[in-house]
Amino acid sequence: MKKVYGSIILDTAFRYLIPFILLYGVYVLLHGEYSPGGGFQAGAILGIAFVLDGLVQGKKAILRITGETAVIIAGIGTFLYCFVGILSMLSGGNFLEYSLLPIPMNDVEKHVWGILGIETGVCICVMFTIIAIFYALVGKEE
Amino acid sequence: MIMEEVLSKFLIYWLIIILFLVGPFGMIFSKNLMKKLMAMNVMQVAVIIFFLALGQKAGATIPIETSGIADIGKYINPLPHALMLTAIVVSLATTGVTLSLLTLIQRNFGTLEEDEIMRRMEK
Amino acid sequence: MSRILASVAIVLMCLLLFSTTNGLPVLFDANSPASTHVTPRYIEKSHEETGSPNFVTAVLADYRGYDTLGETTVIFTAGLATAALLMASKKKSNRMKGGKDK
Repeated sequence: MKKVYGSIILDTAFRYLIPFILLYGVYVLLHGEYSPGGGFQAGAILGIAFVLDGLVQGKKAILRITGETAVIIAGIGTFLYCFVGILSMLSGGNFLEYSLLPIPMNDVEKHVWGILGIETGVCICVMFTIIAIFYALVGKEE
Repeated sequence: MIMEEVLSKFLIYWLIIILFLVGPFGMIFSKNLMKKLMAMNVMQVAVIIFFLALGQKAGATIPIETSGIADIGKYINPLPHALMLTAIVVSLATTGVTLSLLTLIQRNFGTLEEDEIMRRMEK
Repeated sequence: MSRILASVAIVLMCLLLFSTTNGLPVLFDANSPASTHVTPRYIEKSHEETGSPNFVTAVLADYRGYDTLGETTVIFTAGLATAALLMASKKKSNRMKGGKDK
């Protein structure tokens, strides 16, 4: 985008809004097991923070990443999901069998950490896919 | 009285069917590819609302375990929510792919009107 | 002609869907088929088995982990396809412009 759509009102509102959006996204991810939320929703919220930045600030965006980098990081998120599954295979279990994860904890805690791990993977994948789609669609005018 | 009962039981399904039929209608009758994509998204939303309507229970709360409520009938069905949660995000991703294809068509032919594209392809 | 056929097909589809409403479970019914088969097991056992009070997270990430892996792969593939389509074509944009003129 050549033009920056921001005015002084938009810029100021954006500056106060963005920390809360990012914080809320992380809260939705980490608290997803006890309240409504989880990886998909957190990924959408965090991705929207980046998209807002791109819309308001244009080329000067602080959180700007290129589409290629975003796709690579989304791939890392998908790999993180598979990695948790493979970790449980290393200690003799099935794929994604959390109770056999090689961490020194009791059964239920292993499940909690396994779920958190794959939710983080999903969150990263969704977030950077949204960013990649956005920058692929708007980036052509540069 | 009978009318009231029928409306309270089936009205939501009728509304969902009408919303669903907007999809095929728009996809067949509009000649603009962008409008076709929007009609397809409306159809997806109708399917998602249908699944969510199947999971509801009278007087039940959200599917998160609260101390003091042990009755199964007091929690709404978590399964449609889990399935539709992923369906929403997948619809977002497929919409992204479609939008990029439409961008390429627009860049190649200079229009998104179906007839105009066919005419320019023959030239 | 094709439009008449299409409208006939849509009217038929409308009639078919409206006639099946009678067989659907009544709204807010706690004993509907969707809520009786596997869901009680999830609601009763998932907290002690997975340690997550949120049943949706338990179903999504634990009982149906394979499904979610598939969904994540679909999303990643869609992002990859978008980026590949638009970023590969950016380099060839001169040829595209040449094609537009003729």
